[in-house]
Amino acid sequence: MKASTQDILPAPKRSALARFRDSDLYASFRRSKLAMGAFAVTLLFFLLAVAAPWISPQNPYDPAQLELMNSSLPPLWYADGVSPFALGTDDQGRDVLSAVFYGLRLSLVVGLLGVVVSGFLGILLGLVAGYFGGVIDTLIMRVADVQLTFPAILIALVVDGVAKAALGSQMDANAAIGLIVLSIGLSFWVQYARTVRSSVLVEKNKDYVQAGRLIGLSSPVIMVRHVLPNVLGPVFVIATINLALAIITEATLSFLGTGLPDSMPSLGTLIRTGNRFLFSGEWWIVAFPGLALAGLVLAINLLGDWLRDALNPRLQ
Amino acid sequence: MIAFVLQRLLQSIAVLFAVGLIAFSMFRFAGDPVNQIVGVDTPYAERVAIRKDLGLDDPVAVQFLRYAGNVVRGEFGTSYQFRQPVSALLAERMPATLELALCATIFALTVGILMGVYCALRRETWLAKVFLAISLVGISLPTFLIGILLIFLFSVTLGWLPSFGRGDTVRLGWWTTGFLTASGLRALILPSVTLGLFQMTLIMRLVRAEMLEVLRTDYIRFARARGLTTRSIHLGHALKNTLVPVITIAGLQLGSVIAFSIITETVFQWPGMGLLFVQAVQNVDIPIMAAYLLLVAAIFVVINLVVDVLYTIVDPRLRLSTGRSA
Amino acid sequence: MTEPVLSVRNLRVAFAGRRGTLTAIDDVSFDIARGEILGVVGESGAGKSVTGSAVIGLIDPPGGIVGGQILLKGERIDDLSPEAMRRIRGRRIGMIFQDPLTSLNPLYRVGRQIVETIRTHTDLSEKAARRRAIDLLAEVGIPAPERRIDGYPHEFSGGMRQRVVIALALAAEPELIIADEPTTALDVSVQAQIIALLKRLGTERGTAVMLVTHDMGVIAEAADRVAVMYSGRIAEIGPVRDVVQNPLHPYAKGLMGAIPTLAQETDRLAQIPGSMPRLSNIPKGCAFNPRCPSAFTRCVVERPDPIPVGAHRVACHLYDRSEASAA
Repeated sequence: MKASTQDILPAPKRSALARFRDSDLYASFRRSKLAMGAFAVTLLFFLLAVAAPWISPQNPYDPAQLELMNSSLPPLWYADGVSPFALGTDDQGRDVLSAVFYGLRLSLVVGLLGVVVSGFLGILLGLVAGYFGGVIDTLIMRVADVQLTFPAILIALVVDGVAKAALGSQMDANAAIGLIVLSIGLSFWVQYARTVRSSVLVEKNKDYVQAGRLIGLSSPVIMVRHVLPNVLGPVFVIATINLALAIITEATLSFLGTGLPDSMPSLGTLIRTGNRFLFSGEWWIVAFPGLALAGLVLAINLLGDWLRDALNPRLQ
Repeated sequence: MIAFVLQRLLQSIAVLFAVGLIAFSMFRFAGDPVNQIVGVDTPYAERVAIRKDLGLDDPVAVQFLRYAGNVVRGEFGTSYQFRQPVSALLAERMPATLELALCATIFALTVGILMGVYCALRRETWLAKVFLAISLVGISLPTFLIGILLIFLFSVTLGWLPSFGRGDTVRLGWWTTGFLTASGLRALILPSVTLGLFQMTLIMRLVRAEMLEVLRTDYIRFARARGLTTRSIHLGHALKNTLVPVITIAGLQLGSVIAFSIITETVFQWPGMGLLFVQAVQNVDIPIMAAYLLLVAAIFVVINLVVDVLYTIVDPRLRLSTGRSA
Repeated sequence: MTEPVLSVRNLRVAFAGRRGTLTAIDDVSFDIARGEILGVVGESGAGKSVTGSAVIGLIDPPGGIVGGQILLKGERIDDLSPEAMRRIRGRRIGMIFQDPLTSLNPLYRVGRQIVETIRTHTDLSEKAARRRAIDLLAEVGIPAPERRIDGYPHEFSGGMRQRVVIALALAAEPELIIADEPTTALDVSVQAQIIALLKRLGTERGTAVMLVTHDMGVIAEAADRVAVMYSGRIAEIGPVRDVVQNPLHPYAKGLMGAIPTLAQETDRLAQIPGSMPRLSNIPKGCAFNPRCPSAFTRCVVERPDPIPVGAHRVACHLYDRSEASAA
C-alpha cells in the first residue's frame, strides 16, 4: 500500500512539464510560427516591463532626474543625438526609451489587473446566475445584455466620470490606477459571465453534480470545485484576448485625458502628450510609445487568436 | 410580424428605462448638484433654497419621474461648464457626429464588402493575404493610434489633408453640413477612415467567413450544376445570402460607430458630440454625460429595431415566424 | 446500335491529400443509353457520388480526373475548358441532389431560380421563360404552378421541393440527368412519387438517368440496369432483374442478400462481415478480398478485370474462364 502510493503520487508531478510537451496544445504551438513569434514578442515586452527600473537610463517619474538642457533631443542615430538617450527625449528632457519601458510596465499592470477584476466579476456572476437561475439569473443576464449594446470604452468613460464626480476630480496616481482598473473590470465582465453561465447550465444536470449533492457537498463547493475547472479553457482564451482589449482601453482612456496622469505616464498618456509634437518635427516622442503599444497589442492578439483556434478544434 | 415588432418595442423601452435610471442616478447622486451651480462661499440658507427650487428634497421616485418627463421633452438640464442647456449643445454638435458616422459607415461597408468578397473568391492570391494582414492590424490597433498615423502620413508628411476640424460648413436650417464645400469634404476623409477602419475590418472578416460558408452550401453546388455563370453564382446567389447576416451586424455596428466617434473626434478635434462628451468627462459635467448616454442608448435602440425589421424584409423565411428570439 | 448518351471509359478520379493521393474512382467504365436509367449502388464511400460529380465536371480541387474519358453523345467532355463545361452543365446534363431542403436558394423565389436557369441556356425572353417555368412545374406535378411559381422554397414541402429541384434540372431539357440520392431525404410515400417521375422522364422525353443511391429497393423499382460499386470500382454491372435475382459478384450477392423481401421469410437479413476499406488502405488484388467468403490466392495478388458473363460484366476471378480451365 505504502509502496504503491509512493509509486503513483510522484509520477504526475514529475511529468507535468512532459505532459504539456505531449499535449496537442504544445504540438499546435510548435507548428505555428506566428504563435511562437507572438509569444516571443509578448514575453519580451513582459520582461522589459518587469526589468524597467534596472534597464532604464533614467527614472522618468522622478522630476529631479529631468534636465531641461536635454529637452527635445532626437534619437541617437541623428547627428545631434546624445547618449544615453537612445530614442531621444521629450520637451521636459525625459528619456523616451525609459518612458516607454515604464509606460509598458504601467500598461501591462493596469491591463492584467483589469483582466483579473473583470474575470473575477464575470466568473462569479456567471456561476451565480447559472447555478441559482430564476430571478437572479434573469437580472444578471439582462444587465449583461444592456451593457453589451454599449462599447466598452463608453462604459469605462462613464464609470470614470461618475467616480470622479463622486470622489472629486483631483486624485493621486494610485487612486487613478485603481479607478481605471475598476472601469476596465466593469466594462469586460459580460463575456466571462455568459461563458461560465452556459457551462454551468450544462454541468448542473450532469451525474457527478447530482452525486456530489447526494454525498452532501454544498452547492458552492460543487460549483467551484467541479464546474470551474471545466470552463478554464474558454476563460483563459477570453482573458488573453481581453488583456489586449484592456490595454487598448487603458491607453485610450489615458489618451482621452481621463486615464493616468501626466506625472505617471502610461503608453497612452505618452502618446497623448507626444501627439502635440507631431507637427513640430519631434516625431520620436509619439512614435516609439505608439510602436510599443501597437507591437504589444498585436502580439497578444495573435497569441489569443491562436489560443482560441487551438483550444476550439471545432473551428479548424 | 406585428407581434414581433411589439415585443421588440417593449424590450427597447425596457432598455431605455434602465439607461434612464442610470443617467438619473448619475445626475442625482454623483456629487451634490447644488455645489455645481453655486460657488463655495454661497450661504447655507441660499443653498437650501436652491435645493428646494431644484426639487432635490422630493422623494427619489418623484424626482426620477420629473427627470424622465424632462428628458421626453428634450430637457436635459444645464451644462456645468458652458452654463447652457445641454439639449442646445447637443443639437449644435449632432450634425458633425452624424455626418462623420455616416461617411465612416459607407466607407466601412463598401470597402469591407469588396475586400471580403475578394478574399473569399480569390482565397489563395497574395492580395487576399495582404487584405487579411491589414484586417488583423486594423482590428488590433487602437483607433487613436491609427488616427495619429494617418495624420502623420497625410497631413504632416504629405500635407494633402487637414488634420483637425470640419473645414468650411454650410448652414441648412439648424443643421450644419460639411458635404457642400471642398474643404468640408477634404476634412471628412481622414476622420472617416479612422473611425470606419475597425468596422471595415470587422465587416471584411465577416463577409469573407460568411461567403466561404455560403459557397460550400448545396444550393451553390446546385447552381453550379445548373450551369449558371460563375458571375451570377458569386455575385447573385452567394453575395445575397452572405449579406443577410452582414446587414445585421453592420447595422448594429452603426451604433458603435457613433459611440466610437468619441475617440476619433478627440484625435481630429472634430466638433461633434463625442468631443463634447470627452470634455464633459474630463470636467465632470454630469448633465452632458447623462444626456449623451441617453442619446446613444436611444440611437442604439432605434438602430436595433430598424435592423430587425430590415432583416425580416430581406429574409423571406422570417416573415412568417413571429416569435423569433435572440 | 444507337450511340449511348453517356460513355464513361476507364475513369480515374484522385484527391490530393496530406499523405499522398487517394484514388476515389479507379478504372470505372459504363454506358447509359437514351431513355435508360442506370442505377449506381454501393455503400457510402464506394465512389457513387464522385462518379456523378466527375461526369458533370463538379469535382473541386484538391480532387480531379486523372485518367480515362467521359463521352457525351460521342464527344469527349472531360477535357473541356471550365467555360465550355459550364455550358454543358444544366443544358445537356442536369443534376439532382440529395437534399431538396438545401438545394434551393432560400432567398430567391423558385420561379426566379428556374427562369435564370432557362435564360442562361436558351434565348427565351423573360416572359417566355416564365411560361416555360410554369409548364415545367406542372410537368413535375406541382399543383397550381402559376401561383406556386412566386413562392419561396420554404413554402414548399420536402417532396414538392424535390419536384422543384427536378424541374430545375429539366429546365433546359438535358439529355442526361444525374440524380444523386434523390429520394434519401424524403418520406417513403413521397419517394415512390419521385421515382415514378424519374421513370416518366425516360419514357416520355428519352432522358438518360444516372440514379445514384445506396438503396437497393429504389434501384429495383426504378433502374433498367445497375452498377454495383465497391471501393471506387465497379464490381458488377448488368440488367437490374438479373443482378438482383442472380448476382454473380460475391459482394453483389451479399448486397442482394441484405434486401428484405416479402416472398422469402427469413428471420434475419444476411450481413456482409467487416466494412469497406478506407481509400488510403485499399488491399492489394481484389478490394473485396478480406471480406469475401470465396476469396482464393489470386484474389490477394491480382486485381480482377471486368469480364462479361451473360448480360453482366463482373470483376471477379471466380468467373475467369482461363482460371477455371487451368484449375
